[in-house]
Amino acid sequence: MMRKFAGLVASLLLTVIGLLAVTFLIGRVVPTDPALSVAGDRATAAQLAAVREDLGLNRPLYVQFGRYVAAVAQGDLGASLLTGNAVTSDIARVFPATLELATVGIVFGAAIGIPLGVWAAVRRGRLADQLVRLMGLVGYSAPIFWLGLMALALFYARLGWVGGPGRINVGFLYSVEARSGLMLLDCLLAGDWEALRSAASHLVLPGALLGYFSLAYISRMTRSFMLKELSAEYVVAARAKGLSEARIVWRHALRNAAVPLLTVVALSYAGLLEGSVLTETVFSWPGLGQYITNALQSADMNAVLGGTLVVGAVFIGINLLSDLLYRWLDPRTR
Amino acid sequence: MVIKSPQFHARLHRAGEAWQVFARNRLALVGLGLVLLLAVLALLAPWLAPFDPTQGELLSTRLLPPSGTHWMGTDDQGRDILSRLLWGSRITLFIVVLVAVLAAPIGLAVGTAAGFFGGWVDQLLMRLTDIFLAFPRLILALALAAALGPGIENAVLAIAITSWPPYARIARAETLSIRQADYIAAIRLAGASNRRILFGHVMPLALPSLIVRVTLDMAGIILTAAGLGFLGLGAQPPSPEWGAMIAAGRAYVLDQWWVAAGPGVAIFVVSLAFNLLGDGLRDALDPKGSD
Amino acid sequence: MLEVQNLRVSYPSRDGGLIEAVRGVSFSLGRERLAIVGESGSGKSQTGRAILGLSAPGAIVTADALRFNGTELLRCSSAERRRLRGRSIAMVLQDPKYSLNPVMRIGEQIAETLCAHRSVSRTEAQRRVLQALADVAIADPERVAKLYPHEVSGGMGQRVMMAMMLIAEPELLIADEPTSALDVTVQLQVLAILDELVRRRGMGLIFISHDLRLVSSFCDRILVMYAGRVVEEIEATKLHEAKHPYTRGLLDCLPRLGAPRHPLPTLQREEAWK
Repeated sequence: MMRKFAGLVASLLLTVIGLLAVTFLIGRVVPTDPALSVAGDRATAAQLAAVREDLGLNRPLYVQFGRYVAAVAQGDLGASLLTGNAVTSDIARVFPATLELATVGIVFGAAIGIPLGVWAAVRRGRLADQLVRLMGLVGYSAPIFWLGLMALALFYARLGWVGGPGRINVGFLYSVEARSGLMLLDCLLAGDWEALRSAASHLVLPGALLGYFSLAYISRMTRSFMLKELSAEYVVAARAKGLSEARIVWRHALRNAAVPLLTVVALSYAGLLEGSVLTETVFSWPGLGQYITNALQSADMNAVLGGTLVVGAVFIGINLLSDLLYRWLDPRTR
Repeated sequence: MVIKSPQFHARLHRAGEAWQVFARNRLALVGLGLVLLLAVLALLAPWLAPFDPTQGELLSTRLLPPSGTHWMGTDDQGRDILSRLLWGSRITLFIVVLVAVLAAPIGLAVGTAAGFFGGWVDQLLMRLTDIFLAFPRLILALALAAALGPGIENAVLAIAITSWPPYARIARAETLSIRQADYIAAIRLAGASNRRILFGHVMPLALPSLIVRVTLDMAGIILTAAGLGFLGLGAQPPSPEWGAMIAAGRAYVLDQWWVAAGPGVAIFVVSLAFNLLGDGLRDALDPKGSD
Repeated sequence: MLEVQNLRVSYPSRDGGLIEAVRGVSFSLGRERLAIVGESGSGKSQTGRAILGLSAPGAIVTADALRFNGTELLRCSSAERRRLRGRSIAMVLQDPKYSLNPVMRIGEQIAETLCAHRSVSRTEAQRRVLQALADVAIADPERVAKLYPHEVSGGMGQRVMMAMMLIAEPELLIADEPTSALDVTVQLQVLAILDELVRRRGMGLIFISHDLRLVSSFCDRILVMYAGRVVEEIEATKLHEAKHPYTRGLLDCLPRLGAPRHPLPTLQREEAWK
C-alpha cells in the first residue's frame, strides 16, 4: 500500500518536473534576448551584460533550470511585462473569474449532458439518439470562439436577452466588494440583488457556451458507457428479476457507468480551462484565459509561461483527483 | 508478369472489406465527399476565386452584404469574402496535412518503440508523452507559438509538437497487444531481426488505429489552428486564414455579421467533414472501438 | 406448466440476412426437471431466454404457442411479462462474476427482487434476505449480505444468484449453465443445493447445459438440441437407448474410467441433422 502511494507521488513529481522543464525550454526558445526585455532596448552593452549575469543567463542550462525550479517552488513566476506585477499575484487575481466560469460550464454540461447521454443510450438508434449524436458532433466541430461571437451578436446585441462582455455591468464594477473573487458569491454576500442579476446575466452566455462544449463530450461518453453497461450480463439478470426498466437504467446501469463517468466529468472540467482561453477573449472575461492571450499579444513571456504552468498544474491536479476518485468509487479497486 | 505475394492479396481483400463497411455509412461518405471537395477547392482556388483575396477596393466595395456579385459579402478592406475563403482553404489544408505528416510518424515511432522494447525505453518515452499530455493542447500550442513568434510555419510546428502524444499512446497500446501475438514469436523464430519485425509487421498493424485517430484529430487541429489565427498567431495578414478572418470580423459583428460568419461556417463544415470521415473510418477499421 | 410449440428465434445479420438461432423447438413441462443439452450455438440458451422474454434487442421471437400456466406469453404486454419474471419464472445465469451487479451489495440485490414483486417492510425484507441466504447453505448470512459480489468466491456467488432469483418463490426455474463457470468440486456442491431447493419447493426446472453426463443424473427428461432444432427427446434413465446419431455421438465421446478408449471417438457432425 505504501509502495503504491510512494510510486504515485514519485510519478507525480516527475510529471511536475517535466512540466517545469517544458515551460522552461519554451522560454528559452524565444528568439529575443530575455536580458533585452528586462533592460530595455536602450541599455548599453555593459548594462546588458550586468543584467545577463544577474539573470544567470551565462550559467549552464541545468543550473538555470535549477534556479527556475527553485523560484517556482517559492511561488515566484517572474514579473509581468504588461502589468509590472508579480505574475503570481496577477494570476491569483484573475483565476477566480475563470474558476467561476468553468464551474458554471461544467454544472450545465453535466446536468444536461448525463441525462441526454442516458436517454440516447436507452433509445439507441432512434431519433433521440441521432439528435444527441448530432448535437455532440456540432460541439466537436464548431470553433468555440466563433460560436461565442455569433451568440453574443444574437443574444446580446440583437435580442438584448443577456448581458454583454465583461462580468458585470460597468456600474456595479466597483460597488461590489471582491471577497471571494467569484462574482455571484460576492454579490450574494453583499446582498446586492441588482448586482447579482447583472452578474448572472453576464455569466449565462459564456457559461452556457462552455457548458455546451462539455455537454457534447459528456453526453457522448455517457452514451458510450451506458451502452456498454446495458449490454452486460447483470442487466440481463436484473431484467430476469422483473425489475422495471427505469430502475435498471438508473439504479443499475448508470450506477456502474458513474464510475468512469465521474472521471470524464473531471477531465471535462479540466478541458474547460482550455476552452475558456478563447471564450474569455470573446466575452472580455477577465480571467486566466484572457490574461494569457493579452500577454501573448504583447510577447510578455513571463506571464504566458506562468499562466501555462498554472494551467498545466491544475490539469495534473484534476487528473490526479479523478484517478483517486475512480479508485474510491469502484468497490472492486478498494 | 509480376506475381503479388499472398500478403498483398490478403491486405487488398481486407481493404476491400473495410471499404464496403465504410461505404454503407452515408454520413461517412458525406464526410469523405466534403474532404475531397476541400482538396479540390484548395487546388483550384486560383481559378475558382472570382476576386483578388488580398487586395480590395476600399472605397467602393467595403463591407457589402451578401449579394449576387459577392456571394458572401465583402470585408472591411473591400475584399470578397468568398475568394478569401477559397484561398484560405489552401492554408487550412496546408496546416492539416503538414501537422499530420509531422506528428503522426513521431507518434508512431515513439509509441511502437516504447511498446516493443519495453523496460526503461518504455518508461522514458511514456514519461515524456505524459508530460506533453499534461498540458491542454491549445495552451501549449499558444505558449509555443508565442515563443516562436507569429507565422504559419511556427503555428504548424507548435500544433504538431502538441499533437503527437495521443498518437504515441495509441501506437503503444496497439504494439503491446500485437507483441504478444503468436505469429510475432513465429517470425522471430524464423530469424527476423528486431528492426524487420518492428517496421515490417508491428508498425503496419498499428497503422489503422492510428489513421483513425489522426483523422478524428484533424478537426481538433483545424480548430486549434483557427484559434491561433484568431489570436493573431499563425498566418499573418493579408493572408486569408480563416481564424484571422473571424478576428477581423469581430469588430463588425453587430451590423456586418457576414464578415465573421463566413469563415466560421467554413471552419465548421470542414471540421464536421473530418469528424464524419473519422467516425466512418473507425466503424470500418476498428468496430470494437465504436458503439 | 409450460407449453412451447414451434418456438423460433432469429436475428438480423450484418448483411441484411437472418440468422436463425432457434428453429422450431417444441416441448411441454410439468413440475419436473427438463434438461436442454447441446453444444455452443445450438440455441439452448436462446430458448431459455426467449421463454423469459430476455432475448437480445432486435430478436424476432415467434411461436405457435408459448404458454405458461395457460397464459399466452407472446400476447402479453411487456408489463405483464415483467411481472412474471422473478415472481413466477426465474433464471439463474452462468457466471456470477458478470451476472451480479458489481457496485451493489449482495443483500441489496437480493432484496430488490422481493421488493419488486411484493410490498414488504424493510425489516421483513431484511429477514427474508437472510433466510434466502441461509436456504442456499451460506453459513454467515449477515456478513455476506454486506459484501460486494467480487468479495465472494465463485461457488458462493452462484449460490447468491440462486438466492436472489428464488426469493420471490417462483414456480419455474430456468438454469442457464449454472455450474459451467465453477470448479468441479464446487459444481457438485452447488448442484446439491439446487437439487434440494427445487425438490423442497416443488418447482419446475429447465436445466440448460452442454454436459450430458451431468444432466443425466440430475434431470428427469433430456432434450438434445443441435443447430437450433431438437434432435432427440428422451428420458434420463433411458439415455443409453438414445437413437439419434448426434446423441449417440455425444455419449460415445465421453471417456469412462476403467473402460479403455483408444482412439477417443470424436463427434462427426452431419449436415442432415440441421
